[in-house]
Amino acid sequence: MTTSVRDLQERGFGATLRRDAWWVAPALTALVLGSFAIYATWAAWTGTNYEWGPYLSPFYSPYIRTSWWPLSPAFLILIFPLGFRTTCYYYRKAYYRAFFLDPVACGVGEPRHGYKGETRFPFILQNVHRFFMYAAVVFIFILAYDVFLATRWPVNGMSGGVMAPGLRQFGVGVGTVVMALNVFLLSCYTFGCHSLRHLIGGGVDCYSCARAGKARFRLWRGVTVLNQQHMLWAWCSLFSVALTDVYIRLCAMGVIHDVRIF
Amino acid sequence: MSEQRRVRLFRGTRERGELKEYAVATGEGMVVLDVVHAIQAEQAPDLAVRWNCKAGKCGSCSAEINGKPRLMCMTRMSDYPADEPLTVTPMKAFPLIKDLVTDVSWNYEVNKRIPAFQPRAPDFPDGTWRMYQYEVERPQEFRKCIECFLCQDVCHVLRTHEKHSAFMGPAMLVRAAVYEMHPLDEADRREHLRHDGGIGYCNITKC
Repeated sequence: MTTSVRDLQERGFGATLRRDAWWVAPALTALVLGSFAIYATWAAWTGTNYEWGPYLSPFYSPYIRTSWWPLSPAFLILIFPLGFRTTCYYYRKAYYRAFFLDPVACGVGEPRHGYKGETRFPFILQNVHRFFMYAAVVFIFILAYDVFLATRWPVNGMSGGVMAPGLRQFGVGVGTVVMALNVFLLSCYTFGCHSLRHLIGGGVDCYSCARAGKARFRLWRGVTVLNQQHMLWAWCSLFSVALTDVYIRLCAMGVIHDVRIF
Repeated sequence: MSEQRRVRLFRGTRERGELKEYAVATGEGMVVLDVVHAIQAEQAPDLAVRWNCKAGKCGSCSAEINGKPRLMCMTRMSDYPADEPLTVTPMKAFPLIKDLVTDVSWNYEVNKRIPAFQPRAPDFPDGTWRMYQYEVERPQEFRKCIECFLCQDVCHVLRTHEKHSAFMGPAMLVRAAVYEMHPLDEADRREHLRHDGGIGYCNITKC
C-alpha cells in the first residue's frame, strides 16, 4: 500500500518503474568517454611519438615549437578542441547523464536534489560554445593542411621516420588516408554544430528580408542535414581522432609499418 | 486471438492511492487505452481516465506506461511482454486529480505569460502581409504540438526537481519559438526566456 502517487515513482537514485535496460546507454557512454579522456591525456602528456614522416597526430596540430613551454606542446592547443567538445550540445547531454547522473536516464531517480542547471557557475560557462566553435572551424583548415603535408614525401626517402631534406614529391600512404578520413569526420561534426547552425540561419526569421537571405537559407539547410546526425558525427570524429593518433604513434614506435599506396 | 493480461493501474488521489492489478482479456491490435477502457467498463466503473480522439491527435490520454511517458492511445499492448504485468500511472510532473487524471492547467498559465505574437506593420496598403512558405515552415513545424505535455512530464527539471515556478519547460520553450521564429513577428522574447522562462535550467539532456 502506498500513500501517494509520488511514492510509486522515482524517489531515490535509480528508482524507476521502467523495465528496460535504461542503464546501458549511460554506462557505455561513461566507459567510452572516460577511456578517451584517459588516452587523450596520456597521449598529450607523453610529448613523444606524435609524428612520423609527413604525418602529425591531431593531438599535436598545429604543432607549436617553443622553448619557453616546459610541458608537452599538445597542451598549448588542446584547450580549443577540448573546449569545443566539452561545451557541445550533444556531449553535454552525454556527460550530464553518464558522469553527473543529472538525470542518469529519463524517468529515473537522481542522486541529488539541489538543481541549478546551467544558471550558475561553472555550468553557465557552457554558453561560450560559440567561441570554441570559431576555433574549431580554424582547426579544420589546419588539419586539412596537415593532410596536404601528408601527401608531400621526400624524394630522398626517410630514415627512422625522419624525412630526408631536399625535394618533396606527391605520395599517399595509409596514414594519409587515415588523416583525411579524420578531417572528413571532424568537418561533419564541426559544420553540423548547433551554434554554427544558429549563426548561419537559425537567428534569421525572415530570409526574404535578410541580406544574402537565400544563400543563408541554403547554407542553413546544409548545416541542418549534418546537425540532424550530430551525435553520430560526434562519436565517429572522437574515434577517428584517437585512431589517427594511435596509427601515427604505432608507426613512430616502429610497431607497424606504414604502407605507401602510391 | 484473445489473451489474458495483467495490468496494474494507479487508483487513488493525491493523498492516498495504490497500484491495483486487473486481469483483462486483450485482443490483436489493442492499445493501452483500449485495455483501460475495458477495465473501466467491466471492473472499475469509477476509474478516472482522460481521453478524447483515440488517434494521437488530441493529447488527452497522456500517462506513464512502465515508467515511460506515453499516449495510451498510441501504445500497443503487443509492444510489451505478455507474461509481465503492465503498469500505468498518471503523469508525475503535474498534480494528481484522481487515478490517471492530472491537472495540467499550469501549462496554460505559463503559456499566457509568453509575450504575444507581434507582427510588423502591414506590407501593403490593404493591411496584408506577404511571406514565403519556406520561411514559415520552421515555426509551422512547432505548431504540430498536440499539447499532450509528455515532454513536460519527462523533463527532469519539472519531474524530479519540481522547478515549476522557475522553468517553463520544453513545450513552452517550443511555443515561444513558434512566435520568435515567425517571419512577421517583431517581438523580442529573449529576456522573458532567460528570466521568467528560466531557460538556463535546461541542461539539454533531451528526454
